[in-house]
Amino acid sequence: MHGVFFVCALVSILAVVLICVFLFANGVPAMQKIGLDNFLLGTTWKPGNDLYGILPMILGSVYITAGAIVVGVPIGLLTAIFMAFYCPKRIYGFLKPCTELLAGIPSIVYGFFGMVIIVPLIRDIAAFFGRDISGSSILAASILLGIMILPTIIGVSEAALRAVPGSYYEGSVAMGATHERAVFSVVLPAAKSGVLASIVLGIGRAIGETMAVIMVAGNQPRVTGDMLKGIRTMTANIVTEMGYAADLHREALIATGVVLFVFILIINLSFSVLKRRKD
Amino acid sequence: MEDIRMRPISIAGKRQPVRLHGRVKSRVQRGLVYGAAALTFAVLLFLISYILVRGVPNLKPSLFSWTYSSENVSMVPAIITTVEMTLLALLLAVPFGLFTAIYLNEYAARGNKLVNIIRITTETLSGIPSIVYGLFGMLFFVTYLHWGYSMASGAMTLAIMILPLIMRTAEEALMSVPDSFREASFGLGAGRLRTVFRIVLPSAMPGILSGIILSIGRIVGETAALIFTAGTMAQIPSLLQSGRTLAIHMYVLSGEGLHMNEAYATAVVLLIVVLLMNALSALVAKRLTKK
Repeated sequence: MHGVFFVCALVSILAVVLICVFLFANGVPAMQKIGLDNFLLGTTWKPGNDLYGILPMILGSVYITAGAIVVGVPIGLLTAIFMAFYCPKRIYGFLKPCTELLAGIPSIVYGFFGMVIIVPLIRDIAAFFGRDISGSSILAASILLGIMILPTIIGVSEAALRAVPGSYYEGSVAMGATHERAVFSVVLPAAKSGVLASIVLGIGRAIGETMAVIMVAGNQPRVTGDMLKGIRTMTANIVTEMGYAADLHREALIATGVVLFVFILIINLSFSVLKRRKD
Repeated sequence: MEDIRMRPISIAGKRQPVRLHGRVKSRVQRGLVYGAAALTFAVLLFLISYILVRGVPNLKPSLFSWTYSSENVSMVPAIITTVEMTLLALLLAVPFGLFTAIYLNEYAARGNKLVNIIRITTETLSGIPSIVYGLFGMLFFVTYLHWGYSMASGAMTLAIMILPLIMRTAEEALMSVPDSFREASFGLGAGRLRTVFRIVLPSAMPGILSGIILSIGRIVGETAALIFTAGTMAQIPSLLQSGRTLAIHMYVLSGEGLHMNEAYATAVVLLIVVLLMNALSALVAKRLTKK
């Protein structure tokens, strides 16, 4: 039986190898055909004209992820502080599963929620200020993804805050610090690497999110810095066009997946480096 | 751990007067903490109640008729597909995940190089977004193995996706079994295999189960990994036929824009399944910690 267990243990290695091999083998040739420069730095995505520049999508992913971090990290971190230092024990037993539930809600439901609530809200507010937009925008996606990464930020940060020895807090309170001062100026800095790890993990979640983003981001492949305009992410590029793509177009979409995969690997790597440093 | 949620000691504050802006700062910080927490849980509450309020009135009996047609977008085929998909993916992932955890925790020597590699690959797997799994599934199962858009392709893809989750929870559960259990079993003359199956696994069962239940939640809610592996056909599929799960059903409905009421209804069903799974998993895990 030892052998059986051993072979099973090899499956996860096999899976990673297979994923890498098949993604790269199918994506890299397209990059060569298009030219790495034209592919990564080209600003026009027009498969009809054989123009495959994914810079708009890379920027789209980066903008929306940054927006999600701006929305999600402050709220998530403060909620984590609440959970660790403010929450009465009686309601903690109820609120903790709630944050886990937030992680369990399917992204399609989040996307739907964004589509029927956040997008119309942005449209109405913009209309009030005299701008006629659809509402599907960088802003909508940022808010929605900010909500979606909350459980990641809360969970990992809370664990990091709780891992700080209680003596830190007690010491600073004994020196006359208020509860807030002790938490914000002593415990929080001590938990810094764990908090950073939670942010990195949140970035990974946000950049890889697909269905929710497709439903609220507008999906126009363009370079824009306007928060109220639509944009397309790498993930959205794959899903919206894969259904009918063929030949080089299809390969270019797979290559988009490869670029996304490389992003994720880098993010994973920095996460494990941060985690190692914490241990 | 000690309770660190005590109030600040005010004597120290009186003797050495806290500067005014310090006290204001504390108050602002406290306000921010409570505000953020309130916002987080308000969003959750609003999301769930909004979907329920808009969706429940749309749960009409006709949505549960046996067949799907373009006039009546019944969700029964999708529900059956979801159950099939969940069972298939679990059938594939649970043995491998569980046996890997057993190997890592019960058999492998400490400091074994392979163990480290397996841990790194598991971490990598758990960080890969579902769309990348979907792409891989499309390239490998659908195209390379010629399985086409099918339940088999979808289930294999999902099995790889939930493997790290099952592995990690199973490993944690195995680790929480005290070594004295194993020692007692060995002392009574049981072999390693018998110890694992008779002593360690039964005590670790709640933890393993709660991991499996969590993965059910992930499978039910998954969309991106399934669109290009299992496809979107609304039918009750066999192993090599395409079928759409509830989440994909909802994506298709909301994308068409013609069946928003039905999409709300599907969202309710999805939400209830996920709520149930989370509650169940918490319940099972609680039994673990009580013991």
